[in-house]
Amino acid sequence: MVQLTLPKNSKITEGKTWPRPARATHVRELKIYRWNPDDGNNPTIDTYSIDLDDCGPMVLDAVIYIKNNIDPTLTFRRSCREGVCGSCSMNIDGQNTLACTKAMDEVKGPIRVYPLPHQPVIKDLVPDLSNFYAQYAAIEPWLKTSTPEPEKEWKQSHEDRAKLDGLYECILCACCSTSCPSYWWNSERYLGPAALLQAQRWLIDSRDEKTGERLDDLEDPFRLYRCHTIMNCAKACPKGLNPAKAIAEIKIQMVERQL
Amino acid sequence: MADTKAPVERPLSPHLQVYRLTLTMVMSIVHRITGAALYFGTLLLAWWLVAASYGPPAYADVEWFMGSIVGRLILFGYTWALIHHMLGGLRYLIWDTGHGFGPSEREWLVRANLIGSIGLTIILWVLGYLALGGPR
Repeated sequence: MVQLTLPKNSKITEGKTWPRPARATHVRELKIYRWNPDDGNNPTIDTYSIDLDDCGPMVLDAVIYIKNNIDPTLTFRRSCREGVCGSCSMNIDGQNTLACTKAMDEVKGPIRVYPLPHQPVIKDLVPDLSNFYAQYAAIEPWLKTSTPEPEKEWKQSHEDRAKLDGLYECILCACCSTSCPSYWWNSERYLGPAALLQAQRWLIDSRDEKTGERLDDLEDPFRLYRCHTIMNCAKACPKGLNPAKAIAEIKIQMVERQL
Repeated sequence: MADTKAPVERPLSPHLQVYRLTLTMVMSIVHRITGAALYFGTLLLAWWLVAASYGPPAYADVEWFMGSIVGRLILFGYTWALIHHMLGGLRYLIWDTGHGFGPSEREWLVRANLIGSIGLTIILWVLGYLALGGPR
């Protein structure tokens, strides 16, 4: 359902301004979303100042700097710190991206950091992505065949393999799905850009033999057709993929199989 | 597990409140708004046709309203909504063929939609006034 405002328990209130690091000459300010499940209060925005001379260039470096030097209670996900694992996805300066590949230089003024939009918050910058993962599972992201298994591997030509480029690189960071207004309003029924990009990855795979069944599962006013080409997904994807285009290609297959 | 607390109701993270507006996003909303506006515009059209079949006094009322400043503004807005929604429809048609999804293409398409609709509306009104022999 479309609800433009936040529920009462989610309204953001004034937070704490943490002291500037002593003797720092190059200071950068970050405004970070905080919510603690243990104190029963509404979310707040805390203001932190970091010493750029003592900190790496990326937003993730800044967040780690805060956790190490200013406020150890700040909670966020991170792992690879190089755009491979998809853990540190968050909303930075009004756009979803990976904190580890987003340079602080790219942002003007104080750096605003929020959890991925329109998700239940577990703590601070950690959203609950259970629904997102369930939707990925729902498109059955594995090879499905009916012919007898070959002695060695399922073979694929170079040309057919090339069709997976732009699809297989997805790291499931959820930047795209949680940037999509259509997904915000209908996430319980619309699969969202990430799951649909993966659906296309298996539809287009020359080795997969259940294309028809896969399309049947997607033929639904909500699951697939809630995409209104708003394009936020393609703009947000930190890997430069284009879920909007993948969804359009699924829609084309829906039409073509009826011709 | 002696002291388990009831799970807290999790807050919803901010969405529209924090997401930076993109042109394609705004144009999607504008497409919806113009689509809704067309219902009211079509009512005006129906009123005009009904009045025309009803007789001169009824038609005179319509003429008076549509000739007034407010009426003309509404008609101008209706023309724009109609053209904007139509060009938007063409934009979605192009996207439905799987083309125009690249980073620069999609921006070009939405810009062309906006500039085209404003331009065509102005041209149409200038032509309309010229046909009538200037503003009255």
